Amino acid sequence: MDQATLRFVVQLVIIGFTFFMLINASALLVLAERKIMGFMQQRYGPYLVGPHGILQPLADILKLLFKEELRPKDADKWLFTLAPMISVTAAFAAFAAVPWGAETTFFGLLDTPVKLGVADVNVAVLVVFAITSMGVYGIVLAGWSSNSKYSLLGGLRSSAQMISYELAYATALASVIMLAGSLSLREVVDAQAGYWGGFIPRWYLFLQPVGFIIYIIAGVAETNRAPFDFPEAEQELVAGYNTEYSSVRFALFPQAEYINMTTMSAVATDLYLGGWHGPLLERWGLGWVWFLIKVGIILFAYIWVRWTVPRYRYDQLMQFGWKWLFPASVLNLIVTAAAILYFNV
Amino acid sequence: MSETILFYLFAGVAVVASALVIGQRNPMYSIMLLIASFGALSGLYIQLDAPFVAMAQVIVYAGAIMVLFLFVVMLLNAPQEDAAEWDRAHPMRRPGVGRFGALLAGLLIVQLVWALIRATDTSAAVGARGDVAAISSVRSVGRVLFTDYSFAFEATSVLILVAMVGAVLLAAREPGR
Repeated sequence: MDQATLRFVVQLVIIGFTFFMLINASALLVLAERKIMGFMQQRYGPYLVGPHGILQPLADILKLLFKEELRPKDADKWLFTLAPMISVTAAFAAFAAVPWGAETTFFGLLDTPVKLGVADVNVAVLVVFAITSMGVYGIVLAGWSSNSKYSLLGGLRSSAQMISYELAYATALASVIMLAGSLSLREVVDAQAGYWGGFIPRWYLFLQPVGFIIYIIAGVAETNRAPFDFPEAEQELVAGYNTEYSSVRFALFPQAEYINMTTMSAVATDLYLGGWHGPLLERWGLGWVWFLIKVGIILFAYIWVRWTVPRYRYDQLMQFGWKWLFPASVLNLIVTAAAILYFNV
Repeated sequence: MSETILFYLFAGVAVVASALVIGQRNPMYSIMLLIASFGALSGLYIQLDAPFVAMAQVIVYAGAIMVLFLFVVMLLNAPQEDAAEWDRAHPMRRPGVGRFGALLAGLLIVQLVWALIRATDTSAAVGARGDVAAISSVRSVGRVLFTDYSFAFEATSVLILVAMVGAVLLAAREPGR
């Protein structure tokens, strides 16, 4: 095989691998969520299917596949079908702009190195942000088209929440972009290579601790996770926006949620935790293992928060978003800009 | 070749979706079609080597503003416009309003045709100043926005502030007064 063909095949394999990992991330996260929840509540969690219950996600999916697809009589036929598709498509598409590994020749297989990641876009930060903000339409449309009051309330909450948290989220991103001087996630990661004083990694986490906290909080709100899971608050709204859904259409919503979590964590790793940079493994060309480890830690924190922090009240969420989080992120932006000017970074 | 196919694809989606926006009875469908139209426009911007403008289009228009639209439509809970009442009593149905609208539409068409005839080929000028990607990069857009066009930029923000104050004033008015 000549180099051009080989390169093409390698690119295809990278894309396929990313897709495969994302699908599996959602299955693994379902299991991890239930196992960690069980651990925190001093019980075993799922234990029946497979050894220690590790095949539980497979059983869940098979069960959902064979369920009957129901649609309420007065639901809007087109939008009801379209909503889960929008959710899951946006979730997958957003990850396309996220790089997850350094350039590599695969141990000398290729002449010129390829970049690990689906697409290398020079405005990657904006692409991820734009596509994830499209995902909210899936939830809102699901809520509206079901023609049920619980679903509608869930959808309404979701759109209000999205508007309130996107601002703080984008402003936190802007601070990192100013530091790195680039909108490309790959360049942001490369700007974090190396160490301060020989042992502290040059991660933006240490320059932007406030920005990181704002990013994580806004990320939890954007993915509708507890303590901000108002669109599907069980005690108030039955199941929220997806009350009327069943079978595969229902399964697509949690899948989109878990993939969105993965994307959020991956972007946080690229922006604040130095991406694939880390000791030892990087030297052997296995930097992406560091990336996986860091994403895994953030995902664990996501689940940890969900099972330890109780849900806010809806008006508290809006108050917190507009009166605390957004001003804090603007202040962070101004301080960062002043520091960059002063120290001439 | 693929550039041309993509252009006609995006342009076709933009035109058809925009035309369908006004043809819908259901405001929800109108919003979804408008989002599709914005998405197609953003594709056209990418073809023009302006990825920043394309992403801003998606984030600001398709993302933020249309979510607000959706929010309002859902709050008003008006899946179907009430056709009968609309025909009878709505002020927008008066003949004078219709004529004024037709006049504006006519003016817009004249303006568009004039602009298309007058438009000169700017690709040579762009080529002389360097490649397109450098001109449309975030850095140069930001520089121009905060130097050459800073007055227009600030004036726009005041305009938005005025609209916001007006909305708060209308919303906060007590029913008795």
